[in-house]
Amino acid sequence: MELLRIKNLKTYFETKKGYVKAVDDVSFSLNHGESIGLIGESGCGKTTIALSITRLLPNEGRIIGGKILFEGENILELNDEEIRKKRWKDTSIIFQGAMNALNPVIKVGDQIAEAIVFHEGVSRDKGLKRVKELFELVEMKSNRINEYPHEFSGGMKQRVMIAMALACNPKLVIGDEPTTGLDVMIQSQILNLLDKLRKEFNMGFIFITHDLSIISETCDRIAVMYAGRIVETGRIENILNKAIHPYTKKLLSAFPNINGPKKISEAIPGIPPNLITPPTGCRFHPRCEFASDICKSIQPEMQKAEEGHYFSCYHGDV
Amino acid sequence: MSDIRREIRKKKLIDFFENFKSNKMGLLGGVVLIFFIIVALIGPVIFPYDSMVFGEVGDVLNPPTNQHILGTDDLGRDVFRNLISGSRVSLFIGILATLISMLLGTVFGITSGYYGKKVDIIIMRITDFFLVIPWLPLVLVLAAILGNSIWNIILVIGLTSWAGTARVVRSQTLSIKEKPFIERAVAIGSNSRHIMVKHILPNVFPLVFANTVLISAVAILSETTLSFLGLGDASRPSWGMMLHYAFESGAISIGAYWYFLPPGICVVLVVLAFTFLGYAFDEVLNPKLKKR
Repeated sequence: MELLRIKNLKTYFETKKGYVKAVDDVSFSLNHGESIGLIGESGCGKTTIALSITRLLPNEGRIIGGKILFEGENILELNDEEIRKKRWKDTSIIFQGAMNALNPVIKVGDQIAEAIVFHEGVSRDKGLKRVKELFELVEMKSNRINEYPHEFSGGMKQRVMIAMALACNPKLVIGDEPTTGLDVMIQSQILNLLDKLRKEFNMGFIFITHDLSIISETCDRIAVMYAGRIVETGRIENILNKAIHPYTKKLLSAFPNINGPKKISEAIPGIPPNLITPPTGCRFHPRCEFASDICKSIQPEMQKAEEGHYFSCYHGDV
Repeated sequence: MSDIRREIRKKKLIDFFENFKSNKMGLLGGVVLIFFIIVALIGPVIFPYDSMVFGEVGDVLNPPTNQHILGTDDLGRDVFRNLISGSRVSLFIGILATLISMLLGTVFGITSGYYGKKVDIIIMRITDFFLVIPWLPLVLVLAAILGNSIWNIILVIGLTSWAGTARVVRSQTLSIKEKPFIERAVAIGSNSRHIMVKHILPNVFPLVFANTVLISAVAILSETTLSFLGLGDASRPSWGMMLHYAFESGAISIGAYWYFLPPGICVVLVVLAFTFLGYAFDEVLNPKLKKR
């Protein structure tokens, strides 16, 4: 059964100058145990999608349209109290910057136990017992649950965050740049750990990042986002080897190849668009070398390249 | 937990006291305060005092003698014993009023800062009311309406002194509620009450603590003022009440220094001790003020 299906999601932010169309007409789906990577430049709406799924948008954020079906149930129709009870049990998040996501004056064990006590109605002691198991799961010593966040290193804090994300056996975990700010060695440790845990518990995983190398290691599928829309989506090998959308191609070429010639990576010309008044037609057209008249006026539909590989561009044949 | 951690935490605690000890002002304040607290706790047991037992006619306003080391008052009662029993009343009122003030200030401050919007506007306007209205007339009217019992005095002082704390706590709450760990707390399904009590309160606590000590000084001074103006509880004479009686009986104009000086000096010492302690805590707890 499908774990998550997002249909035509539109999330706008209200500002004095008008609505910022952070996520505009995005659709994708995810199965149990599958992992999808959302990739795109800063401000293209990746985190906004995560916040929409968890209903954690700030006050200015409005979900204007679309559906988010979690195991068939539209979570946009739930009221605040219902959503509060479901949080962390259905969907948990590994936050960007674990160093700030822990309360400095509370022991880490208690912070994780909090979630367990809320959702499973067990005592604090039972909760702490479970935290010990979780710590072993993320390969940390269980006696460290009585320490404060400042007594952990960056990578260790990230592990704490992962343990926290697993606390209530969620069906879906969202990693919002879970390895940002960590060095490459620790990054790979954390990624391997996440991969292992995902397979062990058959969790769905949404990976948000702008680092292609991370996605190619951990994800089954990729959705490339540009200016609030998904421009291309497919299996990892489809995207890496047979990218069709010009933006995806540019993104791939901007990434240095370890076996390739030594050269300065190509940059994508232009600047990310203003999302209050996004470009008409294809949103990438002002920065696209193939742009023709039709690109400027009509938004291209999603087209099928092969099974599971879709793109939205008029110049798929180039 | 490993022993090393325990050692480190123990050392931190020792460091804190070392730091505090090197702060001469704080140390002085602490010593004076502890002295008065001990006096208040066990003094009245050793030197019992009954304000209803008056002396003989010849005992009125006698200067210090061996029998009455601080002389007698206008009703022939022993000033020294009165002073000691007064310390209990003054400190009790001061500390309890401070607790009420702290409780109100913290609750209103956190609620206001956390909910924001309308709640914030309403609470802050009430706070403004208490901040700008002249304190003495308000307190006089309140105390007069409620009547002069010791509990009413406590209530009146507590109710009128929380506004500053509420302001400080609110601004700190505003900054803390934007921290990512609050977002995380929301994400795991905490409700507002849990976030305010478990996540925000421990983070504003150092501020509340330092403020408490400073408010204590103000509360004791307030109590003295009220009692001096005749709004105190006559059945439990505090230092302020002693000053009031001394003034009324003309002790000041006839130069009966043993009657009005001791309570005055005690009030000054205790208030000074609280203030010293408050500043010392602020200096030790607030890294920005730490001297290298």
